[in-house]
Parts: sequence; C-alpha cells; structure tokens
Amino acid sequence: MEERKKRGIQVMEDMRMDQNGVKDNVKLTKLSKCAGCGAKVGAGVLAKLLSDIKVHRDPNLLVGFDKSDDASVYKISDELALVQTVDFFPPIADDPYIYGAIAAANALSDVYAMGGEPRLAQNIMAVPEKMPSEAVHEILKGGYDKVYEAGALITGGHSIFDDEPKYGLAVTGFVHPKGLLTNSGARPSDVLIFTKPLGMGIISTAMKADLVSDETRERAYEIMMTLNKKARDIMVKYRVHACTDVTGFGMLGHLLEMAQGSNVCIRIRTDSVDYIEEALEFARLGILPAGMYRNRSFAQEWVDEGSVSLEIQDILYDPQTSGGLLMAVDPDDARLLYEELKGQVPSARIIGEIGAYKGGKRIFLY
Amino acid sequence: MKQIDARGYICPTPVLMVQKEVKDSAPSELEVLVDDRCAVENVTRFGTNQGYAVTTESYNGDEFKLTLKK
Repeated sequence: MEERKKRGIQVMEDMRMDQNGVKDNVKLTKLSKCAGCGAKVGAGVLAKLLSDIKVHRDPNLLVGFDKSDDASVYKISDELALVQTVDFFPPIADDPYIYGAIAAANALSDVYAMGGEPRLAQNIMAVPEKMPSEAVHEILKGGYDKVYEAGALITGGHSIFDDEPKYGLAVTGFVHPKGLLTNSGARPSDVLIFTKPLGMGIISTAMKADLVSDETRERAYEIMMTLNKKARDIMVKYRVHACTDVTGFGMLGHLLEMAQGSNVCIRIRTDSVDYIEEALEFARLGILPAGMYRNRSFAQEWVDEGSVSLEIQDILYDPQTSGGLLMAVDPDDARLLYEELKGQVPSARIIGEIGAYKGGKRIFLY
Repeated sequence: MKQIDARGYICPTPVLMVQKEVKDSAPSELEVLVDDRCAVENVTRFGTNQGYAVTTESYNGDEFKLTLKK
C-alpha cells in the first residue's frame, strides 16, 4: 500500500514539467475546479435544463428520472428488475488509485441505494493527453479493485482526452422487484438510520488548500472508498421502507427528496449525526464548497433549522462524495437493524424519525 | 483602506487571501474584490465570525466588492 501510494504521488509530481523541464508539482486535484460530487449540477438547474423535453414511458419502468431517485429500474420479470446508473467526477484525491477507488465506490452506491446488487460496470474516463500512463493505470486499478470487491465485473468502457480528468462508472445491477427500495416509500413513525460520517465536501475543499491533517485526510479517503455493500446486505434483511444514498445534494437535499417523494416530514436529531470534527472549524473559517451554498438555497425554504448552529447546518448541506445509505426503517425493526449494522458498519447512527406531513416545512432540525 | 483583489481566483483561494491579511495585520477595514459567488459567501462567513460587519455590492455584473469593518 505504502509503496503504491508513493508511486502514485510521484507520478503526479512528474506529470507537469514546464518548458525548462522544471517540476511544477501540480497535484491531481489541482486539475479540477470542483471536488467530487461538489461538481454536480444543482437539482433546480437540472430541472430547468430538462424542461420541455418529452419523457417517454413504459409500464416496466419501475423507477425513472421523474422520481429524482438514485438509479433507474426496469422490470424484466416478476422476479427480476434491472438497475441502471452512471456517475463520474473530477479528481477528489491526489493519489490516482484512491481517486479511482472513490469514484467507483460512489458509482456502485446508487445500485445499493435501490436495494440492488451491482453485476456489470463500464469505465467512463477523460484524461489529459500528457497524463503519464502509470497514473491512468492507477485510476483504473482503483476502479477495478472496488468493482471486484463489490462482486461485479468491468466489461469495458470509453475514454477520451480532456484537460480536466474525469472518472466514473456506468453500473448495471439487479434487484427483486419486491425488494426494490426507492426514496419515496418512507412512512410516519419510521426510524431514520444513516451509515457514514458527513463533511467530505468541506474536507475536500480544505484539502485543495493543503489545510487538512494527514490523519483526517486518510480518514476521509477511507470513508469515501468504503462500499455501501455491507450496509445494503444487512438492510435488505429488515423492513426498510425507503432508501437513498447521500451525495451531491447533501444530507438535507436528499432528505428533502425523501420527504417530498414520500409526502412525509422528517425530524433530525442533529446531535446524533456523525461528521469529521475538523469540518466544523473549516466551516467557521469560510472554507466551504460552492455546492454547500447551492444545496442550502435549493432546500432551505423547506427546512426549520430550530436553534441548530450555522456550522452544523453547513455539515448537513455539505455535498458528499460516496456518502452513506439513508434508510427509513419500520419502527419494529429499527433497533435490530441498527444493532446488526453496528457490528459491520461502525459509523451507522440513528439520526431521526419520520412524521406525518401537515403542510409547511418538511424537515425539522433539533 | 487596504484592498485585496481576489478576482480570477476560485474557492477556497479568496477566503485564504483574506484570512492571511486578517492574521498578518488585523485591519479595522478591508475591501475585497471577487468574481466568484462562493467567494462572496465564504469571505462573508469568515469576516462575520471574526467580528467584522460585512457588506457586499455587485458591479460589472459578476464582480463583487465586499467591505469588512470592525
């Protein structure tokens, strides 16, 4: 691991030589304007871009774009449905292997969020022409390792040249139609469980300015490289009514989609939400990603912040890359599911509950 | 009044330039030029937390002048 890491970083340091052959020490993340899912086009903007475009329907399409869900799902038979998703973004780590692994874990997550299992994946890649082949190889190796860990196959892909590197996967998975989980099935009195710490967008922004300690950086990488596979495998054994993964729209953006899709309200006990401690200090210093402000302006009219501090709100609006699974669980199963999760997914937390919607705000923080 | 021209820089660079100035000279007044909306928000957030009153005016369309006063 250490040797590979050194080699990866060295590759990046060798990558840019100026005309005199002097090393410029340009890092991989410096080639990208946005960090990870922070590069995502905002939900409001996306809706506008798609307005007036006719959406065709098919009775076998169980989940389509109109549902604002994580992946589309197409029923093949009463026993089998296909889950299809794609995700890619510019470098979020300077080590090409870690970047590849995070991008892959993030793309695979959309299948897990639907309750499905990934089976096939294809690489989507854009790299600068001058990027050393060893760095490109490391990005791909990170991707392959994650896909194999998921028990799926990489069967090809497509690569182009571009000044800003981009990498991700198109993923195909399967789910039993009866086990399909969308973000719109949450019911009043369901318990909300979330499986990863927040703060990845803020930490990634601070990383670009070299402000993050080695320890925190490694922790953030580890969190983002972790597959949601274990969480999914445990989740499907219990009565879970709704699920989504928290990514570019931040915890509150994805909660709002769940609340609107399920026509419920959601109460979040902010003390129970896990996040990387250092992110709070960066928030106070104004080291916040543009995506956090976009997410805030998109969702805030539906959020009652109570007396929760601005910095904690920032954490909840912070765009995540390869974030955890957010599950609305039947109250009778919640404790058992949580106990089983704790063994294999230590960062899992019970963070709130679902209530009946009576108009007005959708999300209440306390 | 001391002025920082952070136009052409994207986040988090503008707020880091302001942080450095505040740390080095603790000015009672500071003017900051930015052309990135995120920088407006981040400089405002930092300035407010440091006890400055922050006002923003836009000019030339996408450019902003922030004034930090103690």
